[in-house]
Amino acid sequence: MSDALTALLEGSVRTATPLAFAALGEVVAERSGVINIGLEGAIIAGALGGLLAAGAGGVVAGFAGAIVAGVAVAAVFAAFTIALRVDQIITGTGITLLSLGLTGAIYRAAYGTGGAALGTPTIGPAPVPGLSALPWVGPALFAQPVTTYVVMILAPATWWWMYRTHDGLALRACGENPEAAEAAGIRASRLQAAAVLWGGALGGLAGGTLVLAQAGTFAEGMSAGRGFIAIAIVVLGRWHPIGVIVAGLLFGAANSVQFLFQAMGWQAPYQLFLATPYVLTLVALATVRSQGVAPAALGRPRRDTA
Amino acid sequence: MSTPAPALALRDVSKRFGAVQALDRSSITVRAGTVHALLGENGAGKSTLMRIAFGLARPDDGEIQVRGTRCAFASAADAGAAGLGMVHQHFMLVPALTVAENVALGGRGRFAAAAVAERIRAIGEETGLRLEPDAEAGTLPVSAQQRLEIVKALARGASVLILDEPTAVLAPTEARELLAWVRRWATGERAAVLITHHLDEALAVADDVTVLRRGVTVLARPVAAVPRQAIIGGMLGEGELHAGAAPLVHLEEPARGAPLVPPGAAAPAGRRPVLSIHEASVVDARGVVRLAGATCEIAGGEIVGVAAIEGSGQAELLRLLSGRLAPTSGTVSIPDEVAFVPADRQRDALVLDFTLVENMALRGAGAARGRVPWKAMANETALALEQFDIRGAGRQAPARSLSGGNQQKFVLARELSGAPAALVAENPTRGLDIRATADVLARVRAARSAGLAVVVYSEDLDEVLALADRVLVVHQGRVRAMAPDREAVGRAMLGAQ
Amino acid sequence: MSRVRSSPLVAAMGIAASTLLLLVVMLAAGGFDVGAALSALVSGAAGSPTAFLSGTLVRATPLLLTGLAVTVAFQAGVLNIGAEGQLLAGAAVATAVGLGVPAGLLTVLLALAAGASAGAAWAAIAAVLRQRFGVLEVISTIMLNFVAQLTVAWLVRGPLQEPSHIYPQSEALPMVARLPALVPGTRLHWGFALGVAAAFAASFVMRRTAAGFRLRVVGANPFAAAVAGRINATRVAFGAFVVSGALAGLAGATEVGGVTFALYETLSPGYGYSAIAVALLARLDARLVILSAVLFGGLEAGAVAMQRDAGVPSVVVNVVEATLILMVLAASRLDALMGSVDDTTLAPEAGPPTRDRPR
Repeated sequence: MSDALTALLEGSVRTATPLAFAALGEVVAERSGVINIGLEGAIIAGALGGLLAAGAGGVVAGFAGAIVAGVAVAAVFAAFTIALRVDQIITGTGITLLSLGLTGAIYRAAYGTGGAALGTPTIGPAPVPGLSALPWVGPALFAQPVTTYVVMILAPATWWWMYRTHDGLALRACGENPEAAEAAGIRASRLQAAAVLWGGALGGLAGGTLVLAQAGTFAEGMSAGRGFIAIAIVVLGRWHPIGVIVAGLLFGAANSVQFLFQAMGWQAPYQLFLATPYVLTLVALATVRSQGVAPAALGRPRRDTA
Repeated sequence: MSTPAPALALRDVSKRFGAVQALDRSSITVRAGTVHALLGENGAGKSTLMRIAFGLARPDDGEIQVRGTRCAFASAADAGAAGLGMVHQHFMLVPALTVAENVALGGRGRFAAAAVAERIRAIGEETGLRLEPDAEAGTLPVSAQQRLEIVKALARGASVLILDEPTAVLAPTEARELLAWVRRWATGERAAVLITHHLDEALAVADDVTVLRRGVTVLARPVAAVPRQAIIGGMLGEGELHAGAAPLVHLEEPARGAPLVPPGAAAPAGRRPVLSIHEASVVDARGVVRLAGATCEIAGGEIVGVAAIEGSGQAELLRLLSGRLAPTSGTVSIPDEVAFVPADRQRDALVLDFTLVENMALRGAGAARGRVPWKAMANETALALEQFDIRGAGRQAPARSLSGGNQQKFVLARELSGAPAALVAENPTRGLDIRATADVLARVRAARSAGLAVVVYSEDLDEVLALADRVLVVHQGRVRAMAPDREAVGRAMLGAQ
Repeated sequence: MSRVRSSPLVAAMGIAASTLLLLVVMLAAGGFDVGAALSALVSGAAGSPTAFLSGTLVRATPLLLTGLAVTVAFQAGVLNIGAEGQLLAGAAVATAVGLGVPAGLLTVLLALAAGASAGAAWAAIAAVLRQRFGVLEVISTIMLNFVAQLTVAWLVRGPLQEPSHIYPQSEALPMVARLPALVPGTRLHWGFALGVAAAFAASFVMRRTAAGFRLRVVGANPFAAAVAGRINATRVAFGAFVVSGALAGLAGATEVGGVTFALYETLSPGYGYSAIAVALLARLDARLVILSAVLFGGLEAGAVAMQRDAGVPSVVVNVVEATLILMVLAASRLDALMGSVDDTTLAPEAGPPTRDRPR
């Protein structure tokens, strides 16, 4: 039983890591007033980018490739929504579909229809001496791959930047009232574009984590809706970096509860477990009141003319 | 140095938006230590000129000088660094942020709320513009929000303040206080520009005046050296003034005939009310009481004006009277069809991408059954365009292609096309030029003559008083009926007894 | 969705042409023999009557119905990305009815009706979440797509699995539960005729009736719909969402009843997602959806041949479709921008351009 609980905690943190990456990036984008539904696309692009770059130049190159791929996808989104001011939701959907298709095509072109890329370098757990031996939480928090520690540092750093710097203040102002931000001398569009690109970088990193720290390989559509789940996590975390981490862990736990059930010998269709995060997303979105908390200008394309 | 350089000067500035020449080599010179009134009708180019001065728009031609130094502003930040500050007519605040955060907006590096709060307190001591740094900006009353706008500029070291229609949202007493403050502040090296279309309030405090008409500077003199009549002439153009075709509600004393009947909440004696609400309350989604126990009756053949400061509950009152909103409690008794002209015509009255015929079909669309009689709609649209003299677009043109004035006339035409018994209009002349304003007001008066019960709200109190037989004042969700007396209505808008 | 000024047919053809160009560029970049690939594509799609009727039009059928589903929803401002899930729900329930209802003449009709109802019900979940809780329908419908996919995966291994319990698929439908062939001797079934009829019906409702007008108004400007039209925008949007789900569910039912004759978890290669491209290429005009569905049906049928004969991964079609969505968006946006250059609403009374009027 205690083993199962340890496994549950460890699994929660592990599955939460890519979600937390993506959600931490999305929280920055959304606080600037842009909802990037194309986050799913950044994740799948990051996964493939990570795979290809790691195959060529090792794990570090892999993560760099994941970031580049995520940023590239986000750049397309930014060009459409910020420069052209096309509807953010439809653009994001189109970009997700494009990324899913393109990664599939590139993957098949690179590895053939059957060939999975085995032998991809991955990173294993990097236990923190001493702390990882703590009962229960030790393996969960301190015997994870480096990526998990990066998220742990990134969340408070994001909070500090958002609430303790003028740039963070400007970002929050853009999400609430971009016209007022511009009147105060802030280049709202430029800031929003930067926020979207940052979100893309972290989305790419989420995809890279899936491949290089978890699965060890790529599969078409392996992002499996994580981009959308991350958006729900942002809502559940009330658009706050720390809240997002807590909400991400909740999703991680929901995903990992199958380990507990397996340990208890409880048999259920595995599809039920696989469906859990999706159903949880719906429940979370339906139960959390976002009105008054969500950035006031979120998703609003600015009108060209009065 | 014989004369000190002007605090702010714009010379021969031109600006074109699409087909419209908004500014045509217009100039303004603001001397240090003065209050400068920038006058002109809606659309004269006042705001555009000052937006250029403040770096929010780039001139096609001409130059900007601040204290004798030629400047080219790429953004509002540049203008701020040069010592300019602007208070926009529609406040540029972020409601969800605190006062301190709003003041700090646009800064660099680390943001330390405590230091900003200290600065706000210091400015409060020095200028009398006191604010609570930790208060959320959105929760402040309008006059405090305006103080915040000024403090924002001062905190950035502004020595030239540009105030765009600063009194538009203020009650008369607040407006007088603000103008007196501007007068006291603008001394020494400092200067203030007042953009306004209210002639008298400008002349009361200004040292100099510049008048724009259709983007051209037509007059620039010290106030003492120019008669009032000459300024009016400059704003309107001499010919138009003498033709006198348009009722110039902004400039003339409101025509204020004695009310037909003693004012009160009830419809005039002996006339059956067309619109009536009794003890009606409206509570919004967040649980805030927008309207509390409102009671009033409006009869056919009268215009009832609604006077209120923005956000007092007048929007809810108008929507109750036009059947666009159901009361949380109380009763509303109105005809099935009430013509309604909402304030934001582009958002609430028109589908800009639809043709005029389709926009005509919008009236009554909610209850329509079966097929849409497109042929009849097309005929009705043609008739409306002809009767309301809407030119420049055919029936199949998208509503977007009409000018603002013609859009508003089309909305009025559509709403009146079903021969309704009542008309409710919210800010019907906002953003319209002087001719379209006169047209719209004439239509509203014609509706009264035709026996409709008419309710009109305008953020311009003079316009309300010029039109109304009776006035309903809304203050903090409470409705009071009174005679159209400027002083009494003004006090009631503020909640004074 | 904003309307378009230029002729939709011309614009659509322009976009289709640039899509073809894009395909050529991608094939060349991927190092494929462009000529061979394109000739395989064309012959696979329209090289013979069989290819066209049994390949292109058969694939066009679910695209037509789901394309209409997206059209109806998008016209009402409802961003239903869940046609895929609604299609699967329709397919699953139609299969259950086709297998479970005693064989009779009405079986096939019952199965179709059940499929449409199931699609509507699946969409109604997202519609209720949107209406009652303000959940963004894009996210909820995508989540429901995953849930539907997993549910079908479970059904074909559980309650609906074929009797031998070996293959992850349902028992084959009896003949009475199948759609008859539209052209004898081909695989083209009556579902295509149903789709064409649905397109004309949807077009008529949208252009001519009060209900269709309400739907378009709510989609174009929900504020004006409520204030000027006194339309219950929430109810109209809900209705459009459910009808959209019914059309997608019908697509699932016709696919099971006319093509696969059994429920598989790989039933749809993403028809519900392709539907977005189909609808947008048709500029949300129900009649043009017929043409764009046939075009995409040809593209998908041709892609199979392209993979077989020229070794080009068939997923390249998905890339083309998604690119097309983005191109349509950009094109309509540029159109609107260009249309507003000499717009009189830019007069100074409305303030300079590029700025929202604060309120």
